[in-house]
Amino acid sequence: MSTTTSGGPVVELTGVRKVYNGHVEALRGVDLTIEAGELVAIVGPSGSGKSTLLHMIGTLDRPTEGTVRIAGYDVGALSDRELSALRARRLGFVFQQFHLAPGVTALDNVADGLLYTGARIGERRRRAALALERVGLGHRLDHRPHQLSGGEQQRVAVARAVVGDPPLLLADEPTGNLDSRSGAEVLDVLSGLHAAGTTVAVITHDLGIAAWAPRRVQVMDGLIVPDSGTAGPGGGVSGKSASDRLKAYKARPDGGDRVVS
Amino acid sequence: MTRLLPERLIPARLAPGDVLRVGAAGLRARPARVVLSALGIAIGIATMIAVVGVSSSSKEELLRQLDRLGTNLLTVTPGQTLFGESAKLPKTAVEMVGRIPPVETVSATGSTEAKIRRTDRIPEEITGGIAVQATTLELLTTLEGRASAGVWLNEATARHPSVVLGSVAAERLGVRHVGVRVWIAGRWFTVTGILDALPLAPEIERSALVGWAAAETYLGFDGHPTAIYERSADGAVEAVAAVLSRTVSPENPEEVDVSRPSDALAARAAAEGAFTNLLLGLGGVALIVGGVGVANTMVISVLERRREIGLRRSLGATRGQIRLQFLAESLLLSALGGIIGVVLGTFASFGYAMWNDLPAVVPPWAVGGALGATLLIGTVAGLYPAMRAARLSPTVALVTA
Repeated sequence: MSTTTSGGPVVELTGVRKVYNGHVEALRGVDLTIEAGELVAIVGPSGSGKSTLLHMIGTLDRPTEGTVRIAGYDVGALSDRELSALRARRLGFVFQQFHLAPGVTALDNVADGLLYTGARIGERRRRAALALERVGLGHRLDHRPHQLSGGEQQRVAVARAVVGDPPLLLADEPTGNLDSRSGAEVLDVLSGLHAAGTTVAVITHDLGIAAWAPRRVQVMDGLIVPDSGTAGPGGGVSGKSASDRLKAYKARPDGGDRVVS
Repeated sequence: MTRLLPERLIPARLAPGDVLRVGAAGLRARPARVVLSALGIAIGIATMIAVVGVSSSSKEELLRQLDRLGTNLLTVTPGQTLFGESAKLPKTAVEMVGRIPPVETVSATGSTEAKIRRTDRIPEEITGGIAVQATTLELLTTLEGRASAGVWLNEATARHPSVVLGSVAAERLGVRHVGVRVWIAGRWFTVTGILDALPLAPEIERSALVGWAAAETYLGFDGHPTAIYERSADGAVEAVAAVLSRTVSPENPEEVDVSRPSDALAARAAAEGAFTNLLLGLGGVALIVGGVGVANTMVISVLERRREIGLRRSLGATRGQIRLQFLAESLLLSALGGIIGVVLGTFASFGYAMWNDLPAVVPPWAVGGALGATLLIGTVAGLYPAMRAARLSPTVALVTA
């Protein structure tokens, strides 16, 4: 029941350039399209521009040049207030450091994901409980972050990101602070959400995660290295099912080789 | 590529309850700091409430005293003649005043030249500032006074060398019991009574009172009254005051002064609080210092919570909602201080009042004003940090530690 506005792609970047301080060119003309229902890994080393790409897709920043369309909206044409509303209803974020409020129960942390959508507190809590069920934490509603393992905390953060059923879920190094078992737990949850129809984009420098995703977008020096395609025959790993690829990820001793440590 | 035009994006409003909840959440996370910065506001507010409460209690006491003593007492004293000499009230004055219909009771005293001393061994110059006065028998009734020891003069003692002392006079002479003798104008007088305090007639407190006839017999008193006291019905006081001088001295009404002793008390009640302005100003300074403390706490809070702000922005908070959150936090913080301050200040006022046996009064306007001041301070102190928070870029949440 994703609330996609139109039948078009969820993410559509055309000729996007981003220049910081007038001379640091983080993105040098990027074209990227992510269709509804895809699970994409955006891979690249530090400094490759993938963080900037995340800011563009997440509407947290505007491009210097080019157009960014998210769920059909031209980000460049929207005011700050409109962008806020777009993020509230169409985007879910998962961060490397979880960003859970300390001393607040899992339920209320997740319910805060709906705070800016206009839902009343009762409704927010009810849907938060459902979202926690979806990430397998239905039995941890009243736990506070310090009472949860790292993997559980990140699953709470995932629940917060998807509690509003956004058409697009953005995860920034979601396993970066986790051991490989907890990381696999989180990837499991993301796979499940993807299977249920959510578009998921994972930003990572972990090649293990890249291998797990059906589609990989490589970022290098502010440009996209020719795409592995959407489950196309050139993808290399596309022959396997998502669960097979997850098994492969779990089998790695340290959660995957890092391009940059 | 044809595409449906997407709907307009309008951010949802935060319900007032959510604004409070979000503001309070920030405070709950740092209780020690919250208590300390609220304390600054609390001290300022408590000072102001206590200052107002204490002065209001004293004022209330004066007003109640005024109520008890009544405001219907008028005194008539001789003024000056056209030539600058002191005038004399006619001997018939008391009788004339008694004929004014609303007058309920009238009495008079007359100054004598006599001096009073504890014994004949004490030199004549040492008078202790005590006046020896002739008095009519109704004086105590008119002044609604009371003898604290012994009895007031009666028809019999008013003719004999008997004296009743005012409270201050008795103290200065060192007379504590009736029956002792004092030396007046070369003769022993027996003290038959000592009076209680008379707040409306302090001059009587400082007098030794001798019966009218006795004064004429023993002290060479000329029989002219020097002060006439009268009480009338409350509603008629103004009317009586208007005709009093004409009645007392039909030929020279301008030589008569009429006054209302309760006016002095009323003036004191009005003046009470004038000097509290300085203390109130001190409380105000404490309040401003408290406000600076709140602003400081809020600035630090914004710096520490850049991540949270970024997260909220990514969850869809608008700049306005971030601003509102920090403003609400600042307001709650100072309101907390304000409430603690009102409670402390009220306790202090009640404590002071009980200690001094005064009626405890904390005027509602002071409480309202104090809470209003805290809200104002909370807004002013929170404005700048809130603006800073709202200006933060939403990308800060994504910056890796």
